[in-house]
Amino acid sequence: MAETHKPPERFTLRMRRYDPESSEAPYWDEHTIELEPHRSVLEGILQAKAKFDGSIGIRCSCRAAICGSCGVRINGEPGLACHTHLDHARASSKDGVIEVEPMGNMPVIKDMIVDMDAVHWKKVQRVTPWLINEGPQPEREHIVPRESMVDITQTMACIQCGACVSDCLAMEVDPGFIGPAALAKAYRFVGDPRDEEQRERLLDLSQDPQGIYDCTHCFKCVEACPKDVNPMGQIMRLRRIAGSDQHITDQNNGHRHEEAFTTLVKDYGLNHEAELLSRSYGGDSWFGKFHPAAGKELLSSLPIAIRGVLKGKMNPKIAIFGHKIPKQDLDAVKRIYEKVESKPERYELNLYVTGEDE
Amino acid sequence: MKVAYWPGCVSRGFTPELHGSMAKVAPLLDIELVQLDRANCCGAGVIAEHNQELADTLNARTFALAQQVDGAELMMNICSTCQGAQSECQERLDANAEYRAHVNTTLADEGLSYEKGLTNKNFLWLLIEEIGLEKLSSMVKRPLTNLKVGPFYGCYIVRPRNRLGIDAERPRDQYLEQLIEALGGTVIEYAGMRKCCGFPIITMNKEASLKQAGRHLGDAVDADADCLVTPCPLCHLNLDMQQPLVEKVVGRDLNMPVLHLPQLVGLALGLEPKELGLSRHVVKPTSVIDWSTSVVGAAA
Repeated sequence: MAETHKPPERFTLRMRRYDPESSEAPYWDEHTIELEPHRSVLEGILQAKAKFDGSIGIRCSCRAAICGSCGVRINGEPGLACHTHLDHARASSKDGVIEVEPMGNMPVIKDMIVDMDAVHWKKVQRVTPWLINEGPQPEREHIVPRESMVDITQTMACIQCGACVSDCLAMEVDPGFIGPAALAKAYRFVGDPRDEEQRERLLDLSQDPQGIYDCTHCFKCVEACPKDVNPMGQIMRLRRIAGSDQHITDQNNGHRHEEAFTTLVKDYGLNHEAELLSRSYGGDSWFGKFHPAAGKELLSSLPIAIRGVLKGKMNPKIAIFGHKIPKQDLDAVKRIYEKVESKPERYELNLYVTGEDE
Repeated sequence: MKVAYWPGCVSRGFTPELHGSMAKVAPLLDIELVQLDRANCCGAGVIAEHNQELADTLNARTFALAQQVDGAELMMNICSTCQGAQSECQERLDANAEYRAHVNTTLADEGLSYEKGLTNKNFLWLLIEEIGLEKLSSMVKRPLTNLKVGPFYGCYIVRPRNRLGIDAERPRDQYLEQLIEALGGTVIEYAGMRKCCGFPIITMNKEASLKQAGRHLGDAVDADADCLVTPCPLCHLNLDMQQPLVEKVVGRDLNMPVLHLPQLVGLALGLEPKELGLSRHVVKPTSVIDWSTSVVGAAA
């Protein structure tokens, strides 16, 4: 069947222009181009560059969403310029004008070109992004179970475009956070059965105050990724393996927090916020609050706690003793814990691999 | 309408004014709350971080209990984090029959079983989709005239869009603005309204956590908001309870009241600030209380 293309239409692009070497502040620059609506925002920018202003800066190469060069923000959302149709971009704009800006969290080199070396690639380097296997090599290839390779295909789909880095909300306040792209890359090797340094990698990423426990769980990277890599999901898998499998207790209270949360729900059926706070610092038992680290934190939180109780914000009884679900339900919850946690291996469904069956 | 009501943990622990205000507002909206007293914590994404199957099974238990409530049209929650964490588990349970059967085997000990397709809506979604903006407007007794309200959604209720069913038909990431307008208030847009409050890393990286809260609160102050409104009690903890500490970290006075969603709705429906628990907040919502007395005064 012959494809029917809509005739060319006029689209207006509003581009964020900036040249750090000039003395000019960043400014908005508008150009109207003419292209078929299914063509990409990148093609629109390139037409503006060819027709109106050769100095427009944009990085691109493959034009087929595989090289990861043309990451930008379109109407405030991160994405690939070559992978966004002009008509879709216009539909999601505020005022019918397609707004294109450089990605966030990285310094601008010129116009839509950001310094990927200074941020993104530096962070990827940080996680030792290669397979470590120094042991005796097999005569032929390494034989690995199919499932374990399927498990890491999702992280292998990353094209290093930086869209997730651009939108990372933890990085916005803490630029040193290793970040979603690099941590997804870390999972690619942690999950590879051929890698010999799984534990060392996890120790390193858990202990680093800007490692796996610095992620705020905001789903921005999940939404930003044009390749469905689910970086935040990979960070949670790193936490699961570091905490539940390798029992790595980090200096950032990450594993203690997860362990305490899980135990408290087992013991109460509900969360017990005050206990969670002290146990996250002092360790997962009722005695956690007497640990010096917990004491220090509790002392610093005391003015807030007192204010909360006085205002009636916290119910002091619940703050101290917690709240519980009825006994027979709590018993049922405990049985669920016992049944699931007694399995020799954790069972994890990854919809990226399995897809939806119905 | 009758709903299987999941209040969550924090709304009964550290933010009891949320649960309390919901109970006050529900009858005015003709919502019958059948509280799921037997249900357990959603895990807030943290139990999933420990063991995904455990989190899925615990939430399947809650869903199964909700499905047992006679005559309930759906399950309703009042916490963005519950919505997000439960939706994530439900996505896996609904996508794969084999997995669902596997999880149901564990629930069978208690005689429970989760059947695919539960509708679980945050109070915000229920307001817009089940009651409707027009009807809500007609129920307003104290229009939020001249009250400048900044929305604060909480990450879990706006991302990921696919999982949460957000699209052009159901722009759930714009419902707070629609609601504020329908109640007669003025929407204040600011950079942080759909960003992270920082709460999830409060025990891991306190400074970064408080900086996040401070950034958004500061943006709202600069945009001249009288108050913020949030459907998430965890955001409320970082934005309200921690605000005195946040002020120290970001080095500026903020004094920005943060209302729970049912409190804002309750004000518009004519309830008094005190019965909605507004005096229980750490940041006294003076601007809102003054506003409420000024409009009542004007009406008298």
